Amino acid sequence: MSKLIPLTGDQAVAEAMRQINPDVVPAYPITPQTEIVMAFSQFVADGLVDTEMITVESEHSAMSACVGASAAGARAMTATSANGLALMWEIVYIAASTRLPIVMPVVNRALSGPINIHCDHSDTMGTRDSGWLQMYCENAQEVYESTIIAMRIAEHPEILLPIMVCQDGFITSHAVEGVKLFDDKIVKDFIGEYKPTFPLLNVKKPVTYGPLDLQDYYFEHKRQQSDAIEKSKKIIPQIAKEFKNISGKDYGFIEEYKTEDAEIAIVALSSTCGTAKVAVDRLRERGVKAGLLKIRFFRPFSAEEIAASLSKLKAVAILDRSESFSNHGGPVFAEVRSALYELQSRPLVTNYIYGLGGRDMDISQIDLIYQDLAKAVEENKVKNLINYLGVRD
Amino acid sequence: MANLKQLSKIPERLTGGHRLCAGCGASIALRQVLLGAGESPVVIGCATGCLEVATTIYPYSAWNIPYIHNAFENVAATMSGVETTYRALKKKGKIKEDIKFLAVGGDGGTYDIGLQSLSGMLERGHRIVYVCYDNEAYMNTGIQRSSATPHGASTTTAPAGKVKTGKAEFRKDLTAICAAHHIPYAAQATISNWNDLVTKAQKAFAAEGPAFLNILAPCPRGWRYPQETAIDISKSAIDTGFWPLYEIENGVLNITYKPKERKPITEWLKSQGRYKHLFKPENKSLIDTIQNNVDKMWEKLESGHLI
Repeated sequence: MSKLIPLTGDQAVAEAMRQINPDVVPAYPITPQTEIVMAFSQFVADGLVDTEMITVESEHSAMSACVGASAAGARAMTATSANGLALMWEIVYIAASTRLPIVMPVVNRALSGPINIHCDHSDTMGTRDSGWLQMYCENAQEVYESTIIAMRIAEHPEILLPIMVCQDGFITSHAVEGVKLFDDKIVKDFIGEYKPTFPLLNVKKPVTYGPLDLQDYYFEHKRQQSDAIEKSKKIIPQIAKEFKNISGKDYGFIEEYKTEDAEIAIVALSSTCGTAKVAVDRLRERGVKAGLLKIRFFRPFSAEEIAASLSKLKAVAILDRSESFSNHGGPVFAEVRSALYELQSRPLVTNYIYGLGGRDMDISQIDLIYQDLAKAVEENKVKNLINYLGVRD
Repeated sequence: MANLKQLSKIPERLTGGHRLCAGCGASIALRQVLLGAGESPVVIGCATGCLEVATTIYPYSAWNIPYIHNAFENVAATMSGVETTYRALKKKGKIKEDIKFLAVGGDGGTYDIGLQSLSGMLERGHRIVYVCYDNEAYMNTGIQRSSATPHGASTTTAPAGKVKTGKAEFRKDLTAICAAHHIPYAAQATISNWNDLVTKAQKAFAAEGPAFLNILAPCPRGWRYPQETAIDISKSAIDTGFWPLYEIENGVLNITYKPKERKPITEWLKSQGRYKHLFKPENKSLIDTIQNNVDKMWEKLESGHLI
């Protein structure tokens, strides 16, 4: 680590992109992602990177150009938010099924409508079945480091999948934090040189990308995508170990915070985990055995690890910053709860949908969840399976 | 001018065995365009459509050049990414060859759903030749009306019926729209005049920036003509003036084929089943309107104006 400098989450992404120095960046502005594109454009203008930028006319074209660039043999990156991701949707799936290692920072923002520019996870949660890997970051430091790690994961020859690096819109993307940056050379050495397997631009060995894939092969190709996701569960810890050698930090699928002896815990993603850690510390001071399970990788979904971590607890609240409209809980709840099913003894579980459209999530609200959990343990049942936190009735 | 003897020595890039219909103008158009690239390496991108589905059914491919298909509306953006990668890697010394880039879409993928992406590609100045094989409807999905479908033609979404006479609107002038991006080269061509088409393709590949070729490509299923008459139909389109052959080279309009005397539009209309209803006595005024439209278009062209 070289220096600690004040950066927003967006600027932290741009710094990581500067150090990665991708070959091609097609990009289109959308709040709250815009600062990433602006900062990176300035790096291009100042000659700090030799990236070719394509200032496309839409996010659909941004992802389309990423697919073209990555297939051609480029290290390609773009960034987006909310409606931009929704406009890309069709090509997001194509990028994954074509097995293109595109790294896309996503600044989470509520998906229209009604139109809203603030944070929730409805945009990326909608793409959870697209075949992309997904990392959710707690703060600007994690955003910076995850962007670098993501490049290694995506390009690993046994994975070759695109990856989203998610941060909370405004909460993380626009708040200034102290961020420690690596020396440029450390990043360059860590990510290494990209060697594409079948680049389209190798005219001596022509390949066909994107053929029509009918009943006799499509299923096998989808199965190969699942296999790649499964393989990533073995490979990501190896990459994380290498990263620890340069950073001293753990980048596991999950992060357990004071869960060893905990009786009650919250499961959450992204910036809410930072707030929850403060709440846990305060509860611990009062002797409450509270803990937190942060899910860093939602894809791959480390069901076994999550189940093992939660198996020791008495009651768990699973937090969702998006609505699935199953009226049976949000997406994180559905998957985590399902992961617990095989356990011999399961904790009580409950779901809290919170923070939609940027509704603030503060320590007092998190305290309320822990109070509910304590009561559930006492009564050996949860009051409500699904709860909406901080919303007017 | 293209020399037939020389052209015959250029290797085929779109090989036989693909599954396009007999009498389809698209493959003929593409083979002529590729002749225009000469011996240069070419990377091709294809929008979803007949050409795409018929040439690349996994695990087979009729292309012996690098080929990419992404989706329907984004071949121009996809190839923008490919061409930009070429520039990025060439700058770094990782690519040595001079490569040409070709993006191909049908009229649905170009006039309609892909127009925004095409406009972006033209405006940003990527050195890509964009070819629209214009068969005047969504043929891959079964002959639905597009903004390239001519006035009066019957399609499955604007059929002729008891009270309707096929498509009510005239086509969008896409070549003029592309030319309005002030690109170095834009042209209209068709497969019957192979020398004109190949020459235009040569100019398009040589252009120092984006080039656009709008190629009328007859479709036997959609236009309803006997498959062996594809080239005759294409010839009829230019002899009646229905499809004028011209180019806009660095802003200068040049008509490349001027019939001595334009044949009546009925000759074109009669050759195809999609216009059959126009010959009912009660629809005579429609034919007059179509003839009038052709005459006006030529008046403008001959006075040096596209629109």
